[in-house]
Amino acid sequence: MAHVKKDLLFITVIGHDQKGIVARISHILYRHGINIEDISQKIMDSYFVMIMLVDITEATCSLEKLNRSLQQIAATMHLTIQVQHEEIFKMMHRI
Amino acid sequence: MSITVEEVYETARMILRQNLDIRTTTLGLNIKDCVHTDFRKFRSRVQQRITPAAKRLVDRARTLEIRYGIPIVNKRIAVTPLALVMETHATARRMVEMARTLDEAAAEGGIDFIGGFGALVQKGMTRTDRILIESLPDVLAATSRVCAFLNVGSTTAGLNLDAVNLLGPVLHEIARRTPDGIGCTRFVVFVNAPEDNPFMAGAFHGTGEPDASLNIGISGPGVVRSVVAEHRTCDLTHLAEVVKRTVFKITRAGELIGRELARDLSVPFGIVDISLASTTSPGDSVAGILESFGIEKIGAHGSTLALALLMDAVKKGGAMASSSVGGLSGTFIPISEDAGMIEAVKAGALGLDKLEALTAVCSVGIDMAAVPGDTPAETIAAIIADELAIGVVNNKTTAVRIIPVPGRQAGDMVDFGGLLGCAPVMRVNPFSARAFLQRGGRLPAPLTSLRN
Repeated sequence: MAHVKKDLLFITVIGHDQKGIVARISHILYRHGINIEDISQKIMDSYFVMIMLVDITEATCSLEKLNRSLQQIAATMHLTIQVQHEEIFKMMHRI
Repeated sequence: MSITVEEVYETARMILRQNLDIRTTTLGLNIKDCVHTDFRKFRSRVQQRITPAAKRLVDRARTLEIRYGIPIVNKRIAVTPLALVMETHATARRMVEMARTLDEAAAEGGIDFIGGFGALVQKGMTRTDRILIESLPDVLAATSRVCAFLNVGSTTAGLNLDAVNLLGPVLHEIARRTPDGIGCTRFVVFVNAPEDNPFMAGAFHGTGEPDASLNIGISGPGVVRSVVAEHRTCDLTHLAEVVKRTVFKITRAGELIGRELARDLSVPFGIVDISLASTTSPGDSVAGILESFGIEKIGAHGSTLALALLMDAVKKGGAMASSSVGGLSGTFIPISEDAGMIEAVKAGALGLDKLEALTAVCSVGIDMAAVPGDTPAETIAAIIADELAIGVVNNKTTAVRIIPVPGRQAGDMVDFGGLLGCAPVMRVNPFSARAFLQRGGRLPAPLTSLRN
């Protein structure tokens, strides 16, 4: 099977742990045809940090729209949500 | 995932809490081919060159901000030095009209500053150069987005003192014609000016450049400061290493975004300028980095060594991260735009003398220095000449952006607003170099320029 290069994003969620973070974000992603490749959760600097690696190759919405939807969740749940293409991390953290 | 959670979090923290951003994306545009014997057609061509390109720049930058989550704070345009293209339309009135065209084209394009209204006079001035210089007060009073510059010296040409001597009266006049002298904040005097500097007010599209090029200025004093604060006691070698690795990451972000933006705009990618540039945001201060090093206040004895270490580490980290480093690529120490600098001046830790010393090891120069409005013209020229002599002799860029604020005395605070910040008016040495400067002429090129 031919290997299709995936279009991957990192979604970084920072804030206080509470019920529904994973559920609500996963729901948005599912609605827009976005697959979750990996999830990690950790406490860092006393913050709850969740990082999702998602595949937007077959996404049905624009990046701008996805960002807006996630910012709505961020606002209601008092979280910070960053959405970034994986390319920036590869550039910054690898030679 | 091959990128670790720690790395993702580190990046998020840089953006969210440490003020990492792309400070400027500057599109350099050649306007030599816009020249026309009919002045109206000339101006129209210039406007048509600038406005659509500006709109595309703003639009594409926005797309990349969303894709990479890193703010692109400023989108700017720099054009061919105006003195070059105005040779056949060299009147004071037309200089102002062309400046207005640039101003309006920038406004229509959604650009807040457009650079290039200047001349290269390191060896001597043409008639047009003189007219441009003398028109600067009118130009800066009639516009709000146009930025002006002069290159008055180089290591190979020496320093053009005749040009410097014009600047005292010109700066006084600019100051007189604009509120609190704010027009002076849009004028920079250089030696060894880089042709691809993306930062205002000194940006211009040099004559050695192609039709267009996209240059990036990244910035992250906040990021560097945060990292240094986690290494309070390590030795200088280790400290330099920490800074270097951090600047590497910052620069990589700029490299990626710059190259992609250039591709989107179908223009050649120029350079990444790896300067550390402060903003007025808390924590985003170059002075703050030195304080994290262990200097009580910038300006204290020890500051020059500290800045030398910082500068060298920035260059090494940045050079590794990008295939094309250029522009100024140093450390900005602008007085009004850096909270730590302002505090240091107010506390009496930092004055013009130490600033001058610091510029010997960092890239920029005496930047955003407010001086009393009654500072004699020849003293202003002497401050400029001293700073530029450092650049000529040491084969580096130095520059001066000085504001003689009408009606203000040393110790006053002047609020320029927005990005320009608040400047404490600095004390100036009351003794005069008038008789020396009156001699005029040119400082001959130093021996170090004979490298063939």
